[in-house]
Amino acid sequence: MSQFETVIGLEVHLQLSTKTKIFCSCANQYGCAPNTNVCPVCLGLPGTLPVLNHQALLSGIKVGLALNAEINSFIKFDRKNYYYPDLPKGYQISQFDFPVAKDGYLTIKSGNQEKRIGIKRAHLEEDAGKLVHDNSGSCSLVDYNRTGTPLIEIVTDPDLRSPQEAYNYLNTLKLTLQYLGVSDCDMEKGSLRCDANVSIRPIGQETLGTKTELKNMNSFRAVKTALEYEVRRHEQVILAGGKIVQETLLWNDEKAMTITMRSKEQAHDYRYFPDPDLVPFTIDYKVIDSVRAELPELPQAKFLRFLSQYGLSEYDANILVADPGMADFFEAALKEYPHAKKIANWLGGPVLMELNNRKLSINELKLTPKGLVDLIARVEDGVVSNLVGKEVLTFMLDEGIDADAVIKEKGMAQVSDDSALLVIIDEVIAQNPAVVEQIKSGKPNAAGFLVGQAMKKSGGRANPKKLNELITRRITGV
Amino acid sequence: MSLHQLTAHALLDLLKSRQTSAREAYDDVLARIKAVDPKVKAYVRMAYTPPDFVGEIPVPIAIKDNLCTKHEEITCASRILKGFRSPYDAGVIERIKKSGGTILGIVNMDEFAFGSSCETSCYGPTFNPWDLQCVPGGSSGGSAASVAADEAMWALGSDTGGSIRQPASFCGIVGLKPTYGRVSRYGLIAFASSLDQIGPLTKDVRDCALLMNIISGYDERDSTSVNEPVPDYTKALVNDVRGLKIGIPKEAFVDGLDPEVRRSVEDALNLLKKLGAVIKEVSLPHTPYAVATYYIVATAEASSNLARFDGVRFGLRAQPKNVRKNALVDMYEETRSLGFGDEAKRRIMLGTYALSSGYYDAYYLRGQKVRTLIKNDLDEVFKDCDVIMTPTSPTVAFKVGEKVSDPLSMYLSDIYTIPANLAGIPAISVPCGFSKSGLPIGMQLMGKAFDEEMLLRVSYTYEQNTEWHLKKPKLN
Repeated sequence: MSQFETVIGLEVHLQLSTKTKIFCSCANQYGCAPNTNVCPVCLGLPGTLPVLNHQALLSGIKVGLALNAEINSFIKFDRKNYYYPDLPKGYQISQFDFPVAKDGYLTIKSGNQEKRIGIKRAHLEEDAGKLVHDNSGSCSLVDYNRTGTPLIEIVTDPDLRSPQEAYNYLNTLKLTLQYLGVSDCDMEKGSLRCDANVSIRPIGQETLGTKTELKNMNSFRAVKTALEYEVRRHEQVILAGGKIVQETLLWNDEKAMTITMRSKEQAHDYRYFPDPDLVPFTIDYKVIDSVRAELPELPQAKFLRFLSQYGLSEYDANILVADPGMADFFEAALKEYPHAKKIANWLGGPVLMELNNRKLSINELKLTPKGLVDLIARVEDGVVSNLVGKEVLTFMLDEGIDADAVIKEKGMAQVSDDSALLVIIDEVIAQNPAVVEQIKSGKPNAAGFLVGQAMKKSGGRANPKKLNELITRRITGV
Repeated sequence: MSLHQLTAHALLDLLKSRQTSAREAYDDVLARIKAVDPKVKAYVRMAYTPPDFVGEIPVPIAIKDNLCTKHEEITCASRILKGFRSPYDAGVIERIKKSGGTILGIVNMDEFAFGSSCETSCYGPTFNPWDLQCVPGGSSGGSAASVAADEAMWALGSDTGGSIRQPASFCGIVGLKPTYGRVSRYGLIAFASSLDQIGPLTKDVRDCALLMNIISGYDERDSTSVNEPVPDYTKALVNDVRGLKIGIPKEAFVDGLDPEVRRSVEDALNLLKKLGAVIKEVSLPHTPYAVATYYIVATAEASSNLARFDGVRFGLRAQPKNVRKNALVDMYEETRSLGFGDEAKRRIMLGTYALSSGYYDAYYLRGQKVRTLIKNDLDEVFKDCDVIMTPTSPTVAFKVGEKVSDPLSMYLSDIYTIPANLAGIPAISVPCGFSKSGLPIGMQLMGKAFDEEMLLRVSYTYEQNTEWHLKKPKLN
């Protein structure tokens, strides 16, 4: 057991998925050819001025409300001044002392408990461009497509106590924001970026230890691994009698270590001051109320409701809630076929497997709630066995046709006809006299082996329940 | 009278009666430029794109070198922007073009509008048409000189602390700074975002009203643009000031005010009184802090606005031959060291300091608070006055080179004009006399926000009862 307590705070930058950029009318789009999705404003050309995209502001309010934060109705933007080639104006328009939201929280799982992680603030700002360093090392190239993309920066209080908690926080945050529909939260596309602050202190000490800042983590897993490394490093340094240097470190995934980027002495003075080009204004509380009224049901609430309303297990509820599309699909299917557990099993089992194999989301799958329900009904009615049902699903998804069509086309209907089955059963009985003896001498469960054999002979198409019934009767006469 | 000597409204009358054409007028002004600009040096470059002479108000106009005009090289009279060709038109330029305005060329200014004499331009100074040894004022020195010398029928300038009014006063013409938010700043290369306004420099008050009609109005691309309807400013040109209340701040008549300027302004006051205006002595107690407030707030905003001139995307890029710190930092430092003139550097450093950690509260924040006090003073006076009158400048035009090595003395020339920018109210300068040495004197009227009509009315009345506006400098 470590004698130290870990203290972690996270800063997450999210790109908001508005139609246009935050201060100009360029499309808010990823993946365009370099420097084609720009205009004089986001290029910071002389004489240009910013105009706030109100949708970005509404998204910011949505996020604040979903994080149980206090919404600041006084909207003000500030300039954060520094020089870098990807920052065309030489300053970033951000929010300094009046973030759109503050003092909220996000509930996460920590072990078996639930824990509230304090959200210190969430504010709006514009993204910078992207620097691409030429491989030959002779120059760097700048792509300004990303400049002006609306960002929301979410900062936690230093409430996280382990890399695992940090990992849980990120997943919970991502899911919540996906439910809001304000961002696609994709670390690979860069729509979600995360920096971490970490320090350790002897257990029981109240004052915080010296912290280091970690950057360049490209997945949630990398955040966890980087934090685990850094905590160990802090421990090693302190146990050896040294002091932690407050600095910014880059996580190197290949080498699995953190590397110094810059030390505190080189810290910037950003000379924040209110941006005179953007007039501060107050939002009417009615606007905030209407945003609140339009908030979708969030994952935690949905999870609890699934438990109580449908009697699902936590395991099942988690799988359904983990994907907003999945949860909606589930409830739509329920309308057609009110058997929650059965639908949950199919969604969490065969459907989920298909999604993973095909690398698709449920919305992209060629499957409707009614389509799934029909398939489940066929299995329940014995038209096909459970096992065959899964095959039917695969064909349904490949060809976009319904269960009945697949069953007919591929001739997959389960054989339940007694006489047809008896033919197979008699063969199996004849071929396995020893097992038959076992059954006769009082081990009815051995019938399962014969059922399996009969299934094989039928090419998987026999109704196993029927088989079991018939075999038992054939042998024991009961 | 030659065409180039006309006012815009006189030209429009001639055009209406088909006694001349837009092209004829334009060509005549071009010929005038050719004849006298080698001495005046108002123009830094002639228009690259010729006009198409289509439109209702085809008046030959000069554009200050900080107004983005599509395809034209626009440099703010700075080396750091040499070669920058604007890919878009400023809001006011769109309006000028739509109204049929014929752009003659781009006129000189103090570099990035930092100055009151047009001497900090990287192209060298412009000279005052009334006395070529003297400055035309600044920063819209080229705009003022071109209009005074009949090298443009009217011009656009910009005013952050007096940069339209003071040169108008030095050059004997009319110059108006509109209410903040009246005219779109989209396309104006920013000096101080909360103080800048684009405005007209014209030969008389009627022309000023006409040009205000064209350039005023809401622009959704400028978040500080105000969605107030634009009246027909020519309807304000009424020769009647009876009963109007003119406030005279007692702080206006300070030491350092040239006695000839003082006398001319007092004479103007007396004339207006004779014409029926009521004169009231008022007080603007925070006036002594105006210049200091301005030089903190404006330079702070400027230091941030000029950060984009970094050699990365447009304009000058310089790189020292040997690496000093690292390639990127070297490029920034070399570009900005070579690209900016001394006054620009001075103001950037001042502004950076005023915003820096540990000093923000004492300087920038405090400056903004004093600004509110200065505005409150004016609001209080306007409860009981229609306009406030002061001299435009404490002196007439000084000699080229006279104040260049004394920045503080240069800064004090803005003492009367700065408060209007700090408070966002409109203000106009109209000629009201000449010094014994033949240099023009201007008087300033300040008005309530969006009450340009009152300024035009009082100015028009004064002008119609005097002849200053008919005088022209002897060139050639």
